[in-house]
Amino acid sequence: MTEPQDLVTPQDTVQRIERGEAFLDVRDLKVHFPTDDGVVKSVDGISFRLERGKTLGIVGESGSGKSVTSLSIMGLHKAGTARISGEVFLDGQDLISASREEVRKLRGKRMAMIFQDPLSAMHPFYTVGHQIIEAYQVHNDVSKQVARKHAVAMLDRVGIPQPDKRVDAYPHQFSGGMRQRAMIAMALSCDPDLLIADEPTTALDVTVQAQILDLIRDLQREFNSAVIIITHDLGVVAELADDIQVMYAGRAIEYSTAEDIFDRPQHPYTWGLLGSMPRIDRERSDRLIPIKGTPPSLINVPPGCPFNPRCNYAHLNGGLSETERPELLDIGNGHQVACHLTPELRKQSWETDIKPKL
Amino acid sequence: MTTTDTDSTAAKSPTGEELLSVTGLVKHFPIRRGVLQRQTGAVQAVDGLDFTVTKGETFSLVGESGCGKTTTGRLLTRLLEPTAGKIVFEGRDITHMSEGKIRPLRKDVQMIFQDPYGSLNPRHTVGKIVGAPYKLQHVKTEGGTKKAVQELLELVGLSPEHYNRYPHEFSGGQRQRIGIARTLALRPKLIVADEPVSALDVSIQAQVVNLLEDLQNEFDLTYVMIAHDLSVVRHVSDRVAVMYLGKIVEIADRVDLYETPMHPYTLALLSAVPIPDTKRRARQERIRLQGDVPSPINPPPACRFHTRCWKAQDICKTVEPPLLQLAPGHQTACHFPENQPGGDAPKTGTAG
Repeated sequence: MTEPQDLVTPQDTVQRIERGEAFLDVRDLKVHFPTDDGVVKSVDGISFRLERGKTLGIVGESGSGKSVTSLSIMGLHKAGTARISGEVFLDGQDLISASREEVRKLRGKRMAMIFQDPLSAMHPFYTVGHQIIEAYQVHNDVSKQVARKHAVAMLDRVGIPQPDKRVDAYPHQFSGGMRQRAMIAMALSCDPDLLIADEPTTALDVTVQAQILDLIRDLQREFNSAVIIITHDLGVVAELADDIQVMYAGRAIEYSTAEDIFDRPQHPYTWGLLGSMPRIDRERSDRLIPIKGTPPSLINVPPGCPFNPRCNYAHLNGGLSETERPELLDIGNGHQVACHLTPELRKQSWETDIKPKL
Repeated sequence: MTTTDTDSTAAKSPTGEELLSVTGLVKHFPIRRGVLQRQTGAVQAVDGLDFTVTKGETFSLVGESGCGKTTTGRLLTRLLEPTAGKIVFEGRDITHMSEGKIRPLRKDVQMIFQDPYGSLNPRHTVGKIVGAPYKLQHVKTEGGTKKAVQELLELVGLSPEHYNRYPHEFSGGQRQRIGIARTLALRPKLIVADEPVSALDVSIQAQVVNLLEDLQNEFDLTYVMIAHDLSVVRHVSDRVAVMYLGKIVEIADRVDLYETPMHPYTLALLSAVPIPDTKRRARQERIRLQGDVPSPINPPPACRFHTRCWKAQDICKTVEPPLLQLAPGHQTACHFPENQPGGDAPKTGTAG
């Protein structure tokens, strides 16, 4: 492990804090893809802030825009296919207006990503070590020997047995869990300040998943990185996240601390997610409470609240849910929710309808 | 559509009527090398399974990838030829039944596949897909195949108008429903469901789990469920078998398995499940298993779990623990089981 090299001039950070910006500050990010059938609004105006040492969990079903959000922060959308607007500040630097070359320099060094499928994220033709060494040498002016030593140290750090031998192995020679570790080693090889993990454990077995989650938590403590963890598994975010953003149809519909989301969720969609999953820690419920219907197409998002066709409470607003889009509003203590229901009604529904059935 | 009454909470007590029984089931996939394709080894995917499935219950096989649960499912439906052992379905030995003889039997044993994208022919309409079993089995239905198919579509929560559409027009959850409709066409007695909900979103997962429960109650189905998600398994199963490297390490009632697991591997699996409750984060004690599952080409001798087990002693490396009944309906293959009923003196093994 090398010394964490802090390339940020403290000057920048001081100015950023004076301006009231968080370490990662996303403001009204929109990512639209024009297609022949219409514009796909994958991400339609989301904002969040994340400090170093903290973990944000982004939860949602497939097509809710959670992965597109992360890819646009990393600047990984192909120019020309996506229309991106809004602002993303990483330690005071706007990533959206930055040139591709500038963002490329930040990638790997200041921010890194762990992908869901390590088999397709690693190059099958090169050894694991080669790929880590290459990434390290791009950002650090060191000899190949030093970089190799660093790669071995990183593989050792993520718990790969016999790292000095395994460094010369090809990705296909690793098991799924080991490949995921190798990718984490690669992502962390330059001590990134921001780590985005997109479904890091979805392809893994539970015992390996537990190992990887422990590893991400330990490494975060060690490097004091900001971490965004994207997943559909509420169990995984409950383990790791400080704050949680629940996404639906390209927008955040609820945002708060993990405690609030699990103990006092406010949005009917969040209730639906909690009711849909069988719980191993509770009395077995007779039946699961699914959310009716299916997630909407992102080309034809329902007017008004995008969740209204699936919501059991949509009729309680005198038609407001079908006509007007609810804004994400703070209801106190930083708990934000986008729902037309009155706070009393939400509280009552949660306490009487939902909570006892979970 | 459901006829559920309140009894569905309690684990249905087995009526004793045996539908399927498996003894000493083995499947080895040969590894061939060289010009002469001589066999140099074997992947021991399934290595001696014994279990029975009673009528009307849901029996689940759980384990990590590579433990042989999918292979087992394919052996039960005879999509694979067993290397050794015996499969008896409704009193008939189907282990090595010829293709011609087994065909009528396929009416009774059907399979639901994991991948709702790969298991439906993209060039066939929904009507053709769901109606195929009738055609293959030469079954005549009242009012024709089309009417039967439309009834099936309604049964699984799709609209009869979907008859002429193609699979790509449907979402993952809807496709899984199409697959289930096809499975139900011939009113099977046993359905082997291989990870039926793992490819689906959480909210859709719950819909399909509820659908499977409703269908079971309506048609008196027996399920063999293959899954890795322990929370889902707990919700749907009556009895659960935990597999590790081609062997069953524990079989028990749902309640017994989750409340008093005996095999250390079961314990580790259960403790690894992430709990959606932030309050447990601090006080959760997790059993951390080291490393990965060993290769089934060269599995560890004796107890296959000994390389990762924190309780392993010398005996575990030399003597294979038999699958023994330690409590009523609760079998475990371990020399030093946890949660033993009455007295916790470590068992020294039968052969040790």
